[in-house]
Amino acid sequence: MILSKDCLKKITSIILFSAFFFSYSPSFAQTFELDSVSEEAHILPPAEQEHALTAQNAGHADKEKFNAGEMILEHIGDAHEWHILTLGDHHVTVPLPVILLNDGKLDVFMSGGFHHGEQDVTTKNGNTYRLNHKGKIESVDGASFYDFSITKNVLTLFVSAIILLFLFIGIANSYIKNKNKAPNGMQAVVEPFVIFIRDEVAKPAIGAKYNRYMPFLLTIFFFIWINNMLGLIPIIPFGANLTGNIAVTMTLAMFTFIISLVVSNKNYWAHILAPDIPKSLYILLVPIEILGVFLKPFVLTLRLFANMTAGHIIPLAFISLIFIFAEMSPMAGYGVSVISVGLSVFMKVLELLVCFLQAYVFTLLSAMYIGMATEEHSHDAHEHH
Amino acid sequence: MELLTPGLGLIFWTVLIFLLLVFLLGKFAWKPIMTMLNERERFIEDSLSKAEIARQEMALLTNENEQLLKEARAERDRILKEAKELKDQIVNDAKGIAKSEGAKMIEKAKKEIDDQKNAALAEVKNQVATLSIEIAEKVLRKQFQDGDKQDALVSELLKEIKLN
Repeated sequence: MILSKDCLKKITSIILFSAFFFSYSPSFAQTFELDSVSEEAHILPPAEQEHALTAQNAGHADKEKFNAGEMILEHIGDAHEWHILTLGDHHVTVPLPVILLNDGKLDVFMSGGFHHGEQDVTTKNGNTYRLNHKGKIESVDGASFYDFSITKNVLTLFVSAIILLFLFIGIANSYIKNKNKAPNGMQAVVEPFVIFIRDEVAKPAIGAKYNRYMPFLLTIFFFIWINNMLGLIPIIPFGANLTGNIAVTMTLAMFTFIISLVVSNKNYWAHILAPDIPKSLYILLVPIEILGVFLKPFVLTLRLFANMTAGHIIPLAFISLIFIFAEMSPMAGYGVSVISVGLSVFMKVLELLVCFLQAYVFTLLSAMYIGMATEEHSHDAHEHH
Repeated sequence: MELLTPGLGLIFWTVLIFLLLVFLLGKFAWKPIMTMLNERERFIEDSLSKAEIARQEMALLTNENEQLLKEARAERDRILKEAKELKDQIVNDAKGIAKSEGAKMIEKAKKEIDDQKNAALAEVKNQVATLSIEIAEKVLRKQFQDGDKQDALVSELLKEIKLN
């Protein structure tokens, strides 16, 4: 039996999709590896203990040994307070509002009340909460509740939204002011990207009806890009790993998924449920096609998450090396710091590119998924695989 | 794995903020930006096509100018030719007049010369006659110094007169 061209293209597309996904798994694996590294750091008792002893002799009895995994996870994860630095045993943090929905009632208080997990907080509604060692809030009586707190990432989300609004509404005003004139200032900076999204992403991927999706595509592109970039700035209120948080990437991917489902037409579903291939192959290909529908947002979610998280982990890992070596001998720490700083700077520069690239890839794939769902002639649809 | 479990709160805020962003940016940023961009592109396209039309008109005008120039040149050539012809004619006329005038003058001069010549000849004749009479007188005086001869001659002359 001869496999139709159509069918072959489907199989290739599936292979390509999985390749795309797995190609990112090394950076993904990094996350887990780092944990094992941190565990390895635990299993170095002689040197560590010796160091602890000398530290004690020097009068720093309370100094904890450095745990790279914990430090990195703390940096890339979400938190109820914004940790700036630790001086001795004093944590300098910015407390953030906690908003909990418990049994239909809102419990609102500042995270400073926990005193970094040392105290419990009892609210007006009579619920008592504590901050566990993972930085999660839990109810003392074990009751379940919903956590809508303004965490580090939510604060960054607000800040980035304000930046986006100010930036682009300002640019829009200069467009109105400079009608039919050459762009200037920020307008000139942003214009190439807007045109790029329109001409290189939306038009080829979606076709004639691209204009309808431009607000979504532009918002998603600049939202991801600006947030990726803000994540590189290590000064409060930036530097949070917002676009490297799976909740955020999943939400964004869901928007693309929902839009592509809402606008999808008959051709799209015919293509998936009744492709133009021998009926005997349906048993193999239809499940794969259906899986593909759900794989698309999944891949979008994981790609952005893994890339941005890895981008945050790697420089942190280089910096951690300094402290790991410094615990063995201060001189080794100084020596390693030169290399670590160099590599971190290199990684950060690379991240500048990755920030743009990931925003572009996310937008391009979103546009392509929408384009596939709205394709009018089913035989043209293969061009996009 | 904590990293891989999406937090509900963050999902909620992301949905809220992102929808707000799409709405606000869509209304206040992307719409004017896209409209203005498209308008500007159309404006540039229009301007270019207008420039093209102007260029064609210019070419047309240039053509007309060339035509006019050509006509003007032909006109000039024609006028020059006419002028030349006129000049030739004038020169020829002048030449004819000059010729006839010259001929007249020559004629006149010839007549004058003839008159003068005739007058001169007449005078010479008179002179010769006078001289001849003087010579004859002298010769005759000499011959007729003796009376005999004078008498013979008179008689002869008388004879002749008679014969006449």
